[in-house]
Amino acid sequence: MLDARGMIKRRLGLRLWLSGGWLLLLALAAILAPWIAPHDPLMQDLFTSRLPPFWMDGAEPGYWLGTDSLGRDVLSRIMHGARVALIVALIAGTATALIGATLGLIAGYFRGWADLVISRMVDIWMAFPPVLFAILLIAVMGTGLTSVVVAIIVIDWTRFARVVRAEAMSQGAMDYVASAQVAGQRRLGTMLTEILPNVLPTIVALLTLEMGIAVIVEAILGFVNLSVSTDSPTWGGMIAEGRASVHRAWWVLVFPLITLFLTVLSFSQLGEGLKDRFDPVLR
Amino acid sequence: MADLYTVTDLHLSLPDMVHKPLLGSAPRIDILHGLNFTIASGEVLGIVGGSGSGKSTLGRVLVRLLEPTRGQVLFDGQDITHLDEAALRPLRRRFQMIFQDPMSSLNPRRTVAAIIAAPLKLQGFDDTSRRVDRALDHVGLPRAFRGRYPHELSGGQRQRVGIARAIAMEPEFILADEIVSGLDVSSQAQVLKLLDDLVRELGLTLAFISHDLSVIRRLCSQVMVLHQGRIVEHRPTQALFDAPQAAYTRELLDSIPLPDPDQPWAMLET
Ligand SMILES: Nc1ncnc2c1ncn2[C@@H]1O[C@H](COP(=O)(O)OP(=O)(O)O)[C@@H](O)[C@H]1O
Ligand SMILES: [Mg+2]
Repeated sequence: MLDARGMIKRRLGLRLWLSGGWLLLLALAAILAPWIAPHDPLMQDLFTSRLPPFWMDGAEPGYWLGTDSLGRDVLSRIMHGARVALIVALIAGTATALIGATLGLIAGYFRGWADLVISRMVDIWMAFPPVLFAILLIAVMGTGLTSVVVAIIVIDWTRFARVVRAEAMSQGAMDYVASAQVAGQRRLGTMLTEILPNVLPTIVALLTLEMGIAVIVEAILGFVNLSVSTDSPTWGGMIAEGRASVHRAWWVLVFPLITLFLTVLSFSQLGEGLKDRFDPVLR
Repeated sequence: MADLYTVTDLHLSLPDMVHKPLLGSAPRIDILHGLNFTIASGEVLGIVGGSGSGKSTLGRVLVRLLEPTRGQVLFDGQDITHLDEAALRPLRRRFQMIFQDPMSSLNPRRTVAAIIAAPLKLQGFDDTSRRVDRALDHVGLPRAFRGRYPHELSGGQRQRVGIARAIAMEPEFILADEIVSGLDVSSQAQVLKLLDDLVRELGLTLAFISHDLSVIRRLCSQVMVLHQGRIVEHRPTQALFDAPQAAYTRELLDSIPLPDPDQPWAMLET
């Protein structure tokens, strides 16, 4: 029997290519920064301060995106800042997803007292204003990468728990779950092999969104000087410094902002793109 | 013929969550009120009754998706009334179920082959791939469908996958809960014919739940009429249709226009 369905190419997934492309570029820049960055991101040189980007009058060759008021190369700082941003996105995003989704899955599928405990915890958690919570936490733990990651997990695990719980609950009512029971499958097995594949697309979409959020949170904490120590450049820190001299050197503010914007946008689009491409139900 | 199922004084009540007080346990609503019957090995039992009469609940007790509150269910002489999942697991291979809505009963993110193979793997069959092929052959689906996802099939094809999953384990008993009510007339006829053939070929015992008496009349050797959780009549099909005893059965018969019972299956297929 001829099956023509396979012959129809899926929508090319421009979204996936653009967002994935940008993130890949950024990841490469971050990993290779120590070797390919044109300058030391921390080296100050007052003779080269506030150089404009390459296409403007007075630009110096080698300083593609200009320099800040201390003469540090903006491009090199963005590349090094990407390291912190991506590490935070990856670790905080994944850990948040893992913790929140696991609790949500258990609450939504097993119901009963597990659901009671987890749902209460989510309710109480959500009564705190999140940003205040994060700042408080860092005040207690001190600044640093670990604090930033922990702050993000603590703020955002409830998002995963709530959404995944609702999804697992509606999947749990489907007959294919009863069918697994008729086949003699244990409940834990059913959760992992029947329910999880069906909530996975939701988890992936939330995860990429969360990575974008993590980048923003890290930038905000950097902006108020609560992120990692001041010797490593962060986008948030650059934006804060650029704001001070925006009239004399706008590029110090604008380039990190654009990078931040593109990165957050790419993360949110990546989730949708992955879903279009890989979810069999949408194929 | 030996009895495969012996059901005695079966009661079942479920907690009524709608009227659950804020504290304390929910009141229970009685759904099945003391059923007594047997299902002989090789029998095709039709279970009819209005909506909400307890047909699905009774069916789910037979495959032990639900636990009775009171009474006893014997399967092949073994008391399965209150067995826990661990004790039921080795028995699960022997009684299977086909569900009403194949869209809900087939995991949308697994392929046809994976759906049919999953129970086989759980029950420790080793030649799963060959059994999947054989089950597909039995229900008249091309083997090329192995890699398809449920949403890539028509309603009738999906229901065949559900049937293939149930028969792949070579069970002794199958419960079919309104399995054709979601299908168009021509797929209905095909699926019913398939079921009829399978019962004969595989020597199955079948409980067939339906609210459609004309379907029951063609397929079943015995008919049980349920009304509000009680059996109002349980007799051989021919006798029941010729001279219904209970007033409720007569009501059901009158409300459904019956086609000519001697019309062959083939005529229904278009
Ligand atoms: N989980 C449940 N909780 C409470 N009542 C239920 C539940 N499931 C079914 N019922 C009730 O039990 C009765 C019988 O339901 P069911 O067996 O599904 O009927 P049928 O399949 O004959 O239409 C109905 O009145 C229904 O409302
Ligand atoms: Mg029903």
